[in-house]
Amino acid sequence: MAQTFSLMAIFKRDLLIAFRNRGELLNPLMFFLMVASLFPLAVTPDPKFLGLIAPGIIWVGALLATLLSLDLMFKSDFEDGSLEQMLLQPQPTLLFVMVKTLLHWLMAGLPLTLMAPVLGVMLALPEGGYWPLVFSLLLGTPTLSLLGAIGAALTVGLKKGGMLMPLLILPLYIPVLIFAASSVQAGVDGNSYTGHLAFLGAYLALMLVLAPVASAASLKISIAR
Amino acid sequence: MPQLDEQNTPKVPTALLSGRALMCERDDRVLFSKLNFDWHEGQIVRISGPNGAGKSTLIRILLGLGASYDGQLYFDGKPMHSARYDFRSELLYLGHQVGIKTSLTPEENLKWLCPGASSADIHTALRKVGLYGFEDVLAQGLSAGQQRRVALARLYLEPKAIWILDEPFTAIDKEGVVQLEQHIIQHAQSGGLVVLTTHHQLAFDVQELALGVQATQEVLS
Repeated sequence: MAQTFSLMAIFKRDLLIAFRNRGELLNPLMFFLMVASLFPLAVTPDPKFLGLIAPGIIWVGALLATLLSLDLMFKSDFEDGSLEQMLLQPQPTLLFVMVKTLLHWLMAGLPLTLMAPVLGVMLALPEGGYWPLVFSLLLGTPTLSLLGAIGAALTVGLKKGGMLMPLLILPLYIPVLIFAASSVQAGVDGNSYTGHLAFLGAYLALMLVLAPVASAASLKISIAR
Repeated sequence: MPQLDEQNTPKVPTALLSGRALMCERDDRVLFSKLNFDWHEGQIVRISGPNGAGKSTLIRILLGLGASYDGQLYFDGKPMHSARYDFRSELLYLGHQVGIKTSLTPEENLKWLCPGASSADIHTALRKVGLYGFEDVLAQGLSAGQQRRVALARLYLEPKAIWILDEPFTAIDKEGVVQLEQHIIQHAQSGGLVVLTTHHQLAFDVQELALGVQATQEVLS
């Protein structure tokens, strides 16, 4: 009972901090919006052509926006010492990492998912692509958060870890990108996209089991100075 | 120095917190070795030594925050690796960074640091550390000393047996120091164990655990 109690306290705390610093939360969303709005200007405003590249643009934008937001995951907790306090709680670090990952998804992945259809309209995404876009983001962004937590945990103690984290986790993001973007493409072409979504679901299930273990271990390494 | 005497220390420790043959090496330099101690309920222990003697490292070893070491730690007679949960349930640690979130008020900070405490308890504790009237001010508007006082309020809120305090008197004013010393004595008298590091002159008797004495002596001779 006491365990869930303190995890809930951390959850509430982070929601409150996020609410107080709303501006920081908007950064990845603004980035996502800018990527999508610059492409028609730079490439061509022709809806036919834009419709062809829209699935790729939206997914690349979502992936990069997620990368941008990962830095915030453990950084401030590390700097003010609250990470130590959380790791010193009796409950396993694993549970704490899962709470932090869920929070990251709620603050980055979920808003991106909700915003994506609007960008679809901006990029003239053909009608068949909207449902697979939303489904693939719903299944894909939690995986991005789970994998990102590993990178964020590994680099949290580094002063100049700026480029290291993307290098570490981008290879793991590639399967998500390939299957998600191709599911949208399949939807646009009028084909069945359940196979792609099934893969995204399987990858999510796998990472749900493995990634928190890796993140917890990484955090312990980072905190051991 | 009873805690450095290997022959007189019992093999199976019965103290609240014990160390046997602790050794820590950092950058090819031995910080301390053959370190034995038995700390009981009601004791106040000061880990002392010059800068760089390994005080904070020893504390991180006690906490189990990853510092690598040789030797054994025991909590309540059980090896630390199997008693980690019980140990942490009884542990209150204040370090150099105290874990205060600047975008939260003192009350909100204490709510997550001490999830069991009620609002009334938190208000009483904040009053005791001299933050009456600051409950609803964001911590970024507080001075460094006041932020540390928010963390010190935990000492009034959480019924934990073991306090590990790394430089607890930093940035605290004179009256605050006196009050904190009183509170530490009170905790020890009511059966708690306090382990602290400080260069501050303490107004009460403590058991010393001196680190890095040899190294200094070698340098001097």
